[in-house]
Amino acid sequence: MSQNLPPRSDDAGPQAPWPGRVFLQGLRDSLPFLLVVVPFGMVFGVVATEAGLSLAQTMGFSVGVFAGASQLAALQLMSANAPVLIVMATALAVNLRLAMYSASLAPYLGAAPVWQRAIVAWLLVDQSYALAHARYESSPRMPIPARFAYYLGSVTLIVPFWCVASYLGAVLGNRIPAGLPVDFAVPITFLAVIAPMLRTLAHVAAALTSVVGVLAFAALPFNLGLLVAALIAMVVGARVEVWLARQQGGGR
Amino acid sequence: MDYTLTQIWAIIAVLAVGTFALRYSFLGLIGRRELPEWTLRILRYTPVAVLPGLIAPLVLFPAATDGQPDLARALAAVVTLALGLWTKSVLWAILGGAVTLFAVLHVVG
Repeated sequence: MSQNLPPRSDDAGPQAPWPGRVFLQGLRDSLPFLLVVVPFGMVFGVVATEAGLSLAQTMGFSVGVFAGASQLAALQLMSANAPVLIVMATALAVNLRLAMYSASLAPYLGAAPVWQRAIVAWLLVDQSYALAHARYESSPRMPIPARFAYYLGSVTLIVPFWCVASYLGAVLGNRIPAGLPVDFAVPITFLAVIAPMLRTLAHVAAALTSVVGVLAFAALPFNLGLLVAALIAMVVGARVEVWLARQQGGGR
Repeated sequence: MDYTLTQIWAIIAVLAVGTFALRYSFLGLIGRRELPEWTLRILRYTPVAVLPGLIAPLVLFPAATDGQPDLARALAAVVTLALGLWTKSVLWAILGGAVTLFAVLHVVG
């Protein structure tokens, strides 16, 4: 349990990769994610237009917020005419995970110049976080400029494809024939995002708590039910994780 | 949607600034310091704590059918979730769910 790992070194090894090559590796590793980013962006564009947002507002979301799940969450509440503060609070709650990503990248990029950290932060998304974190863990001796180059490579395609897909969705959304079940694009997209996350019993417990909680608190005013249910579900997930660890490490 | 233009742009602006603040938080301000374990543990569950609750009412009581449970939508949800669990692929799950929805709506029509 308390085995000491050797201290991580940020020194360049003799085989330190050339940043340009690392950038291209990031670019290549991100290619499969475009298959997710493009349809997701188009769904947002279509749903935003259906909900009544203008093209400029839709692009304001996609370029400025640049976080699909929270954008769809905001739209969903706006379609239900939730109070403005509730829309803001719930969408930001969806993005709390980005703070977690930020915390988990900090040990690897914390010593980079501020402008580089600001760029990484601005472009922090699920896909590039997952790629970068896996790469940094497997190459602990990677120098910081190479880490930054890899990160930049992993988002360089995702950013424009996300924005263009939102734009296409918004433009084509006007021409979608009536009667298509566009309403269900949001649940399907979110279910598809959630399912692969249900890796442990703790994740499943948090997800179930969230569903039960939202139905139980449906009567709370101002759409507060979701926020309350989510807070309880987070604590339940953490508790179950601790409980599971105790079960496994039984002897201690 | 009954919001004024100002309200819509306020939502966009606050979400843009707030989301950047969340992304920059630890990278920018805290740098190399480690977070307490319990904070990380709770943060780890935010996506699975927020998103299922967000969509549960949409799946169970779809607005498109005036809040009545709907066979096509329920089946599409089940197929999406099952494919996502099985393949771990967001893309296959979305495609499977969409095909199911269209197929059942077409048959039941």
